[in-house]
Amino acid sequence: MSGGPVPHDLEGVERTTLTEAGIDDLRVGAWILGTGGGGDPYYGYLCLKKLYAQGRMVDVIDPQDLPDDAYVAAVNQMGSPLPAEERLTDPATVTRAIREMETYAGIRFTAVMPWEIGGGNAFQPLLAAAMLGLPVVDADAMGRAFPEAQMTSFAVKNFTCHPLVMADIRPNTVIISEAADWKWLERLRRRACTELGAVAATCNPPRTGHEVKTGSHLYTVGKALRIGRTVRRAQAEHCDAVAALLEQERGAELLRGKVTDVERQTTGGYLRGRLDVAGLDSYAGSTMRIAFQNEFTVAWRDDEPCATTPDLICVLDQDSGEAIGTEVVRFGQRVAVIALPAPEMLLSERGLELTGPRAFGHDLDFHPLFTR
Amino acid sequence: MKVIGIDVGGTSTDAVLLHEREVRHYVKTTTTADVSSGISAALETLVAKAGPDAQRIDAVMLGTTHFTNAIVERRGLTPTAAIRIGMPATAFLEPFTDWPSDLAEAVRARHFMVRGGHEYDGRPIVPFDAAAVESAAREIRNAGIRSVAITSVFSPLDATLEEHAGQIVRRVYPEAGITLSHRLGRIGLLPRENVTILNASLVDLARTKTAAFAEGLRKVGIDAPVYLTQNDGTIARMEQAAELPILSVACGPTNSMRGAAFLSGMANALVVDVGGTTTDIGYLRQGLPRQANRVVEIGGVRTLFQMPDLLSLPLGGGSRVTAAPLAIGPESVGFRLTELGRVFGGDVTTVTDVAVAAGAPLLGDPRRVAHLPDGLVSDAMAMVRATLEDAIDRLKPDAEPRPVIAVGGAAFLVPDGLAGAGDTVRVPHAAVANAVGAAMAQVSGESDRIFREVPRDEAIAAATTAARTDAVAAGADADTLEVVEVEDLPLAYLPGNSRRVRVKVLGDVALPRQSILAGTGA
Repeated sequence: MSGGPVPHDLEGVERTTLTEAGIDDLRVGAWILGTGGGGDPYYGYLCLKKLYAQGRMVDVIDPQDLPDDAYVAAVNQMGSPLPAEERLTDPATVTRAIREMETYAGIRFTAVMPWEIGGGNAFQPLLAAAMLGLPVVDADAMGRAFPEAQMTSFAVKNFTCHPLVMADIRPNTVIISEAADWKWLERLRRRACTELGAVAATCNPPRTGHEVKTGSHLYTVGKALRIGRTVRRAQAEHCDAVAALLEQERGAELLRGKVTDVERQTTGGYLRGRLDVAGLDSYAGSTMRIAFQNEFTVAWRDDEPCATTPDLICVLDQDSGEAIGTEVVRFGQRVAVIALPAPEMLLSERGLELTGPRAFGHDLDFHPLFTR
Repeated sequence: MKVIGIDVGGTSTDAVLLHEREVRHYVKTTTTADVSSGISAALETLVAKAGPDAQRIDAVMLGTTHFTNAIVERRGLTPTAAIRIGMPATAFLEPFTDWPSDLAEAVRARHFMVRGGHEYDGRPIVPFDAAAVESAAREIRNAGIRSVAITSVFSPLDATLEEHAGQIVRRVYPEAGITLSHRLGRIGLLPRENVTILNASLVDLARTKTAAFAEGLRKVGIDAPVYLTQNDGTIARMEQAAELPILSVACGPTNSMRGAAFLSGMANALVVDVGGTTTDIGYLRQGLPRQANRVVEIGGVRTLFQMPDLLSLPLGGGSRVTAAPLAIGPESVGFRLTELGRVFGGDVTTVTDVAVAAGAPLLGDPRRVAHLPDGLVSDAMAMVRATLEDAIDRLKPDAEPRPVIAVGGAAFLVPDGLAGAGDTVRVPHAAVANAVGAAMAQVSGESDRIFREVPRDEAIAAATTAARTDAVAAGADADTLEVVEVEDLPLAYLPGNSRRVRVKVLGDVALPRQSILAGTGA
């Protein structure tokens, strides 16, 4: 690898400063891209608001403007949403993970990027960026939320899967210097994360500018911002936020109705279960069942599969258009179930092997819902 | 057993006297701006009306809006010191984060962040810094801050650090009012801490108001234990309840629902409570209001604790009706209905006037609304129906057409044959169902813990034992306790077999011995 101790100064590169309103947009948009999982972005959102109040800002750059040999830190906070409800999050720990990685790998990062744009992790790179004065690249490695490391674009592209640095609120740092493959990396980091209290800031294997441009889901930060803006504008104008979102993102409405049953269980460290929705109004008479493993994975309408992972299945509050998570969805809620197209890269043979319905234990082929 | 129930609503303050579960006397008076004088008036009127029946009262149950009003109006709140135990975790998001600035200004005295707290699996985050709590306590004492809110990370799982910190503060500053978060909240640090701080800021007010109420009772010759009604449809002895006033902020709608259950004899139904200014709709499950179990904002602050799952509509008997375009509310003439409403000789068209014109109940003078255009009357009544039908559909748990119990001063506004609902059930004393609910409230206990590597049955059994202990401490008769809720939620990501178990038990009030003696000895 080239690069080395000096980060690129990105002179002449256009930077778009995230506005205060953009922070609110990102909170709503990232939660929708979480497809039921990824954790509520509320705490990361509060941290970023506070950083802005302190006078810090975040710039977003186009991935195409990255020099090929610049290094980019893809970061997230690993763990379970429940411990995070008590331990919250903070900008310092993820910043430390990045600094530790620079020390260990002997490199300097030019920019940061989200590992996972869906859910609370959308905010982690922004917190680090605000602390370090680095820009955020408009791209991520999942295009949504997923539970495991091998479900990333970097794994689809078979990029190097190490080293990885995890930082804790205490002076604990875990470095995984080598892992046999992405699934091994997942096993090792998960075990370490549990020891750290099921919350750990993670700096994932460093990526070069060339790798980011060729091997990530491009413009997903902008997508989250756009989705949030669309929904929030519709709310302010008292329009149908779900319809506005579908039109904007060329999504498909699967059903509108009322949640009639929710079943949850934990197996293998994941929240697995299903929910049933009874159609209302123009969907009266139809029913929908949606399976989830942290995130929504398969939707059946009247017993026929109608949407499958990696396409994004989102359960939204019918009135506000905002996302409802698998941990909090409850009986009686009025919801709109929609699907948004998955990033193109996940529809390759390897992409579907890692993120299609079979990767979640469903004996089903990917159901092509969108013409591409 | 003779019980007086009093409940304060937005428009009226109601009181009932029950003897052996039968409504003997009831009064409906106007809610006053200071709340207290309205309570006194209701009590005095009831006692006068009851005559000799008002002797040898066994218990008095009060549901009041003092605490809600204090938060909403940002008045009468005690400046509070927040102590959070959890450093180095949670450091960046300090207490009072995301509070409305005017409320934070009224409540925040200062805050302290000390090292300690627990992980999800019970391990300490870092060793607890008791010395830091001690120095915080001294600073609090020297600054004369009377209320202290103590919150520790994962305290619903392990409350020892909060207890320990509470002891330190009490030793240093015995006069301080101390609230510990595990007594109030669920898992979710910020919403639990918010509830704890709000509660601490209300304790002074609660002590003053309950003492004044007890004094008022003595004045009318009643010497009986006093209970405050709480959000979950249960009661606690005044002395204990005054330490946890936040648990009473939603008691009004809850009391109406409990009263509806008692008066109708139904345990599973929707309750529509139409007052002077608003309508509250809730769902009764096994005789108790369904709990929200989600973040609920109080005065603009996110909280997570026991709150009824309610839908509130700006629709009441006093709501103004305007034509072209047709609109109902949100403005209401409230308690001045009997002065400003057309059927009572005023010149404001209210929902009550429209309902009288439509021929429903006989209230006031129907001739005064004879001139209202037929179109306006039928359109307004259709709008009331549609509003209620939509709200009912949002709240009912499934497609099943559930019966609807109509209560409240303007219960007559709930029409028969609501689409998507079962029968509209009308009950005697519907106008004072809230006070009846207060009088009939029971005592509960709750446990909410995370279990790791414990079989499901054992976890539930352990939680049930803890909930029963809690109930008896709150004044329940152990022999009458029943489990009314079991929630068992497996937890994502956590290794092994981790589950969060919440159990709630409910039982009758254990009559205090001295009260029984007083009754028989007199």
